[in-house]
Amino acid sequence: MEWKHEENEKERKKNSMLKTLGAQIKEFKKDSFITPVFMILEVIMEMIIPLLMASLIDYGVNAGDMNHILKTGGIMIVVALVGLFAGIMGAKYGARASTGFARNLRKAMFENIQTFSFANIDKYSSSSLITRLTTDVTNIQNAYQMMLRMAFRAPISMIVAMVMAFSINAKLASVYLIAVAILAVAIGIIMPRANKYFKQMFEKYDALNNSVQENVSAIRVVKAYVREEYEKKKFGKASEDIYDMSVRAEKLIILNSPLMQFTSYACILLISWLGAQMIVAEGLTTGELMSLLTYCMNILMNIMMVSMIFVMLTMSYAAAKRIAEVLNEKSDLQNPENPIMEVSDGSIEFKDVLFSYGEADKAVLRDVNLKINTGDTVGIIGGTGSSKSSLVNLISRLYDVTSGELLVGGHNVKEYDMEVLRNEVAVVLQKNVLFSGTILENLRWGNKEATEEECRRACELACADEFIQRMPEKYNTYIEQGGTNVSGGQKQRLCIARALLKKPKILILDDSTSAVDTATDAKIRKAFAEEIPNTTKLIIAQRVSSVQHADKIIVMDHGRISAVGTHDELLITSDIYKEVFESQTQGSGDFDENGGDN
Amino acid sequence: MANERPMNGPKPGGPPPGGPGGRGPRGPRPKVENPGKLFKRLMGYIFKEYKLQLIIVVFCIFFGVFASLQGTMFTQTLIDEYIMPLIGAQNPDFSKLASAIIRVGIIYAMGALSTYLYNRLMIFVSQGTLKDIRNEMFQKMQSLPIKYFDTHAHGDIMSTYTNDIDTLRQMISQSMPQLLNSAITIIGVLASMIYLSVPLTLVTLVMVFVMLFVTKNAIGLSGGYFVKQQKALGEVNGYIEEMMEGQKVVKVFCHEEESKERFNKLNDELFDSAYNANQFGNMLGPINAQLGNVSYVICACVGGLLALNGVGGLTLGGLASFLSLNKSFNMPINQISQQFNSIIMALAGADRIFKLIDEEPEKDEGYVTLVNAEIVNGEIKETKKRTHIWAWKHYHKDSDTTTYTLLEGRVEFDDVDFGYTDEKMVLHNIEMFAEPGQKIAFVGSTGAGKTTITNLINRFYDIQDGKIRYDGININKIKKSDLRRSLGIVLQDTHLFTATVKENICYGKLDATDEEVYAAAKLANAHEFIEHLPQGYDTLLTGDGANLSQGQRQLLAIARAAIADPPALILDEATSSIDTRTEKIIQDGMDKLMSGRTTFVIAHRLSTVKNSNCIMVLEQGRIIERGTHDELIEKQGKYYQLYTGNAIAQPEG
Repeated sequence: MEWKHEENEKERKKNSMLKTLGAQIKEFKKDSFITPVFMILEVIMEMIIPLLMASLIDYGVNAGDMNHILKTGGIMIVVALVGLFAGIMGAKYGARASTGFARNLRKAMFENIQTFSFANIDKYSSSSLITRLTTDVTNIQNAYQMMLRMAFRAPISMIVAMVMAFSINAKLASVYLIAVAILAVAIGIIMPRANKYFKQMFEKYDALNNSVQENVSAIRVVKAYVREEYEKKKFGKASEDIYDMSVRAEKLIILNSPLMQFTSYACILLISWLGAQMIVAEGLTTGELMSLLTYCMNILMNIMMVSMIFVMLTMSYAAAKRIAEVLNEKSDLQNPENPIMEVSDGSIEFKDVLFSYGEADKAVLRDVNLKINTGDTVGIIGGTGSSKSSLVNLISRLYDVTSGELLVGGHNVKEYDMEVLRNEVAVVLQKNVLFSGTILENLRWGNKEATEEECRRACELACADEFIQRMPEKYNTYIEQGGTNVSGGQKQRLCIARALLKKPKILILDDSTSAVDTATDAKIRKAFAEEIPNTTKLIIAQRVSSVQHADKIIVMDHGRISAVGTHDELLITSDIYKEVFESQTQGSGDFDENGGDN
Repeated sequence: MANERPMNGPKPGGPPPGGPGGRGPRGPRPKVENPGKLFKRLMGYIFKEYKLQLIIVVFCIFFGVFASLQGTMFTQTLIDEYIMPLIGAQNPDFSKLASAIIRVGIIYAMGALSTYLYNRLMIFVSQGTLKDIRNEMFQKMQSLPIKYFDTHAHGDIMSTYTNDIDTLRQMISQSMPQLLNSAITIIGVLASMIYLSVPLTLVTLVMVFVMLFVTKNAIGLSGGYFVKQQKALGEVNGYIEEMMEGQKVVKVFCHEEESKERFNKLNDELFDSAYNANQFGNMLGPINAQLGNVSYVICACVGGLLALNGVGGLTLGGLASFLSLNKSFNMPINQISQQFNSIIMALAGADRIFKLIDEEPEKDEGYVTLVNAEIVNGEIKETKKRTHIWAWKHYHKDSDTTTYTLLEGRVEFDDVDFGYTDEKMVLHNIEMFAEPGQKIAFVGSTGAGKTTITNLINRFYDIQDGKIRYDGININKIKKSDLRRSLGIVLQDTHLFTATVKENICYGKLDATDEEVYAAAKLANAHEFIEHLPQGYDTLLTGDGANLSQGQRQLLAIARAAIADPPALILDEATSSIDTRTEKIIQDGMDKLMSGRTTFVIAHRLSTVKNSNCIMVLEQGRIIERGTHDELIEKQGKYYQLYTGNAIAQPEG
């Protein structure tokens, strides 16, 4: 019973998966219906041709009746033309249905991903989302096209041929039934085993690719340690593994072709033998025998085809599952019913906030009580894993608090329209990204309507203007995908400028100046203090010098606020702060000129 | 018959595509220069190892074709020769038919067996050849200079191992045997057709040309769309990649609508070209099948006229046979054009593979080698024993003598100029000298040339002018592997391998004992965190150590260098934000590693710089200041600016 229940559950899941994907066929439903209809029409025409051929031979050629040859030939041409028409239509609608379906899948996935919250995004890695949107969709597209064009055609072709064979002579046709049964069993034995090996072979391929990838990206390490020979040996082994597995899989697969030949040859000979006796006994005409023989290949090839379709559909099952997963993912953050459309000021208040990414017992933030006045500059400091980023990510509602309350401008963040809130709370993320496009285009992510002058102003504040001006095309310099053509420090400053363009009430810098040299860092802070005094500024940093002059410094430790105060206060009250400060000023401080490219 | 019949079971082998935007298997014929030469070279690989197998394969294919032709002929003669005479006979004698069936059956069986045999042989031929090529590629790749990896996208290199090898597999295991099969069939059928009737053969050939003409045009038509489709696919995939990587930024800037808008536009373009490319691609099958039928009808009519009027000696029985040959002629013609396409595709892949194999390897004319040494009566003697004393063995050709120099780690740059290309120098007139055990720090802005200098010492790149000496020997004379073995290196980006923690540490010394591993880990301050990993030293690291923190990965890199125990070290301190405590641990590990070794360090930390024997301040490829920390502070130059860090905020101090 238990087992049966599980089986039902599996079946139910599969159905809901197909439903999810099927819903995306949308405007291509018509094409999807029409395609198999045309394919069936084509196959019927294809079936008629051998009948006509037999008639042409029997009553035309053999009887020497030229009229019959011309008449039957004419009909054959018409049938061929109808078949051609059906084939072309099937090609057209099949292509439209499958590529259209793929388009809709990509679109639906992409749009759904746009609604994802940070928690949803965390659940999938970006590379897994990319695979789902690209390779997986292509797989489904091919499988769908194959299904529409062949899944009906092949079995129908087989059935029609079988019916015709039976209508000619049931006794002889039953030879085919036996052949089909033998083939089906043999294929049923070969295919699953071969697939198992192929699956293992794919894994070996992955391992090999992985090892090449590693080797290429770490080539300096390989060469520095003179480990070329070692790597060659490692690769040689992976390569040998693939060889073994491929040989094993292909040894099985190649059985198919002699198997097909044996069966079809056996059928031909058997039918010839039995047919000859029937003809002699006058139970069969020679034309009929010829037709029977023609259907042989039709029947046997199509059972092969059906098995192939089956294999292909099973192979695309995993892709379908991964796509459905993304389509069914619901954002865990929802806009409130009557959202507040304005953030009155930049004050922030945490009330007994507890936060965890998943299981409640693994809270990454606990007992957070904190009040920040509008216009304050607040520094946040603490070791890796002390949840500094988690703390600030709650403010623009990138995640929801697990319990407790978080107020911005006097209202709970959950009461705001999310877009309004996020426009007023600008975050410069720790892992920040620039997009391919000019510098201006990147900056205008912050504010679509920003004039060039405004962009320049923001860049001046972020100390980005100085290096932009030195670039040949200045603000029209093209940034490569991922910002690979600017240095780390430059990237960080561009990201800050981009956030400033929002003119936010709250600005959060999550370790955003780590690659900027200390002098420029100081200059940016100075500009902030003078130019945007009314903006609440939260600065997460590793360097004490970045937060030293803040109105308030928060020391985080293992998900709790360990101490709050000014620099001077903390030197007395917080051991952690004192330790960090001393380590940075006495000997192992940060002599970081990495971003000092200005 | 189904037009889309895959040839050989589910597409075996095909490794997963090398990522989005990878070269697809379908598409227009790529342009290949000198396909003949490529093909010959490729065949060379196959022939080298598998001559005998190939001969058997060709023989088997011949026999297979013969068997199936023989079968076709049999069904033709079946009625006329074996059945007709029996009709109306009083006591029909089936023995003639029976013996014919047995004869044909034996030929059939042998045909099927030879098909199996050649398929089976081809597995070993194709997989073996692929393995050889793969291994040769990798071996070659290991010998290539760093420059190669700088100038070739890693994705492209990867794609050679995946996509290009896969197209080769298809060519060797499927296209070539089938091409041969089709060619033999065509010749056999053609000969039989000519034998039966010359005029009808001409009619058939005319129809074949029509077919080829239509096919060519259809391919041309869909080819344009295929190119468009590949381009659109590349764009969509590129956009997807970029947006998925930056999804969080999209959220933070409420940029969802814009990104959807752009995606929908690209996606619609892709749909458009994919639809057309697929549509025309799909049409080829039915068009050819129906043209085949038309060819059949025309032959029947013309043949009927000829036979009835007794022209050209064609009998009615002969016409029936001819018609069946006509049918079996069209299929291989279609296949040939398909197989030809896939061979051209494979040659394009082979071209890329051979390009990699033909790359110029790293040059190494060094002859000075590193040997174990012992000191006997104040003289350095070479020994097989592991003495932990090393010496450079230097053979002087002119005097036919061999001298030994102790490995100490003295490094000297003598007026070195260097550029990644000859046109543009990035380092100018570098002069520097490091005594054994000294620490030299490089500071300066990004792009000033710090990393470049360190890359010259172990000859990742060769200099254009000047000399670099190691223990007084020009490094060009030292065997590269020995030079590199004498230098440890800790890079800024830590690269770890998919292997256990222990194996990763042992990368520095493959035959290290467990005790040595623990000692190195302890020295690097890595022992403590390793002990806390689920399986300790046997924990498996994957994805470049993705399951470790940045700091932990650095500690492992330090341990890896420590176990190699080189006399000289190159260190590139990491700049990434690591919290102060971890940083302290790493710093401590680095300090322990540096003690007693000549060290070149690209410094980011004050303590490192302060403790250096000499600091080199680099700007735009030149050393602009040098000296100890105190000397440079005194000087109040660039170093002073960098050190005080607020030179701009508080001008003039």
